[in-house]
Amino acid sequence: MKDNTIARMIKDKAFRVVVIFLACFSMLPLLLILYYITRNGIAVINWEFLTQLPRPIGEAGGGIFNAVIGTGMLIVLSSILSIPFGITAGIYLSEKSEGKIANIVRLCVVVLQGTPSIVIGIVVYIWVVAPFHSFSALSGGVALSIMMLPVIIKSTEETLKLMPYHLKEASLALGVPYYKTILKVILPTGLSGILTGILLSVARITGETAPLLFTAFGNQFMNWNLFKPIDSLPYRIFYYAMSPYPEWHTFAWGASFILVVLVLAFNLIARGVAVKWKVQF
Amino acid sequence: MESTVLKVEDFSAYFGDNQILKNINLDTGSNLVTALMGPSGCGKTTLIRCVNRMHELIPGTKVAGKMYLKDDDIYAMEPIVLRRKIGMVFQKPNPFPMMSIYDNVIAGYKLNGIRLKKDEFDSIVERSLKGSALWGEVKDSLHRKGTFLSGGQQQRLCIARALAMNPEILLLDEPTSALDPKSTSAIEELIVELKKTVTMLLVTHNIAQAARVSDFTAFIYLGELIEFGPTEKMFTVPKDKRTEEYLTGKFG
Amino acid sequence: MLEEKMIALRRELIEYATHVEGMIDKSISGIVRKESSTLEEVIEKDEPKANEAEIAIEELCTTMIAQYEPKAKDLRTILMVMKMNNDLERAGDHAVNIAECGLYIIERPELKPLLDIPRMAKEAVGMLKDSIEAFIKEDALLAAMVCERDNIVDNLGQQILRELITFMGADPATIERSMRLLNIARNLERIGDLSTNISEDVIFMVEGRVIKHHREQEEG
Repeated sequence: MKDNTIARMIKDKAFRVVVIFLACFSMLPLLLILYYITRNGIAVINWEFLTQLPRPIGEAGGGIFNAVIGTGMLIVLSSILSIPFGITAGIYLSEKSEGKIANIVRLCVVVLQGTPSIVIGIVVYIWVVAPFHSFSALSGGVALSIMMLPVIIKSTEETLKLMPYHLKEASLALGVPYYKTILKVILPTGLSGILTGILLSVARITGETAPLLFTAFGNQFMNWNLFKPIDSLPYRIFYYAMSPYPEWHTFAWGASFILVVLVLAFNLIARGVAVKWKVQF
Repeated sequence: MESTVLKVEDFSAYFGDNQILKNINLDTGSNLVTALMGPSGCGKTTLIRCVNRMHELIPGTKVAGKMYLKDDDIYAMEPIVLRRKIGMVFQKPNPFPMMSIYDNVIAGYKLNGIRLKKDEFDSIVERSLKGSALWGEVKDSLHRKGTFLSGGQQQRLCIARALAMNPEILLLDEPTSALDPKSTSAIEELIVELKKTVTMLLVTHNIAQAARVSDFTAFIYLGELIEFGPTEKMFTVPKDKRTEEYLTGKFG
Repeated sequence: MLEEKMIALRRELIEYATHVEGMIDKSISGIVRKESSTLEEVIEKDEPKANEAEIAIEELCTTMIAQYEPKAKDLRTILMVMKMNNDLERAGDHAVNIAECGLYIIERPELKPLLDIPRMAKEAVGMLKDSIEAFIKEDALLAAMVCERDNIVDNLGQQILRELITFMGADPATIERSMRLLNIARNLERIGDLSTNISEDVIFMVEGRVIKHHREQEEG
């Protein structure tokens, strides 16, 4: 009997150690990525790097200003396109748990989420780039917004489903029409969850490259025009990394570092919003 | 001379094919508390929700018969207009978590887009919170969110929110079921006090509460109104055998 | 809710008690002053009012128990008020009996100057008044003292009996009047007993102690 107990205690300890070890081990890739990017990229970062436009090869210096601005514009554009549709669809799905249309929408969301980003890029090329005969920021925004949609819809639906029914009841009993109840009571109460969803989807598309290859394309120069090609961080990284010039490789590291910082920031802010703004009821 | 605030005439309610309420007839007099009591599932909650037509939110419900609020046919009115005239307090206190105490009280106005001047709102808030015996405890924190309040205080906030709309009748659906005994008796005393200004219809599964607080009691069983009369008489000399059995704990 | 009702109940009982005390006082003073109108008032007006009050108090107690489920002191108070209510009604009946006897006596010549009966009445009414006072003040000590004084009333009753026996023995014509006087004395004695009951009820209400039937003496 006694031996059995000792054996079991050892197994228990061993199991615990293995689990902890594997958990830590799974963080290894992330830590390695952060380490390498920081090590290689941080040296390049300076004010000039962030505020200057790229110089042609041969000239020293230059920066990624257009890429940073471009990424910013794409985020704004895709958010403007995806948020209204995403939230409305999320509201619809949370209200209708059954029904033909609701089920079809849900299916589409699932499929969309699984669609390869490059395919989305190609499709948007046909929709937007071809008719306008030009790569454009707009098409990039469209492609990215399509990628944002599933996340926003899902998180909105889940957040609103968590809203307790008695909240709606309280509002309806005051004689508030149903649509106003949703807009003025349910949505504001679920804001933290919805915002989290938006921030997470932004974090995701910030680093998307494939769709931009066919849509926004990339631009050496600064561009504020929505209907012209626009640069972006992922594209710039791709461009510089694929080039044969060592100087540009270092720039690629620098841009990667900025990109990682940006994505990390969005994720952390999303977490902060989820925790701090969460409404207790 | 008492006037009738709510008149229920041959009222029935159905959920799909199930008949939940069968030919209910009762009146609620002005400035009185009428209690609806009965075992679980007897239909008392359905009845009170039919008064402000909240039961219509569940698909598949149907009603027959009439209900009158003062002289208006409840089922001929717009539900939204009707609900602004009727206040409701629910079993679980449900103040709006995103709003401050001040905004919660005037939520009925704000959410409905009714605009008034700031001092008008101020006086509504003060009057309603005083009416629900909460003013003293929150007057210095009106602009804080109501989540720090205890259960009993939150329920009083909900009562204030309902009172702010000057309802013709206040519906209370088991208002103390989710509260501790101390808060329960505070709310019961409040109800007795509120009689002076408001007519109330109270659903309770607590027989003793109906006895303590109400002026008239309706005993409902399996969807039927078994007995309706002054509380004093019903609890000392009930007319129907089933009422007697319910009161003495033989069932329910 | 219950508190307000308790205050109202106590007030009603005190009013009833005052009314009954008045009935006894009037019935005795009507005999002493030979005022038949006073005695008739006791019988015709005061008694129906007393009966109504008794019914009202009983109903009030019943509904209070049904509606408020009183506990501890509140429960004891309501139960004792119901008992005191009964006792007061009986005291009222005794006052009516005294008045009826009085109506007979005052029409006929006096056997002797009435001294003992008024003295006995004063003592009995005093006991009743003090027992009600003990209820108002919730004074168990005062109530206990009332119980002690029952002996005084009983002794006076015995004295009156002996005196009247002497009268009756001496002259048979005095028998009817003597019997009536004796009746009055008996009624006063009963009023004393009822006051004792009321005092015992007050002690139970205040302290939860039962001193009825001389329980303490047996236990002590």
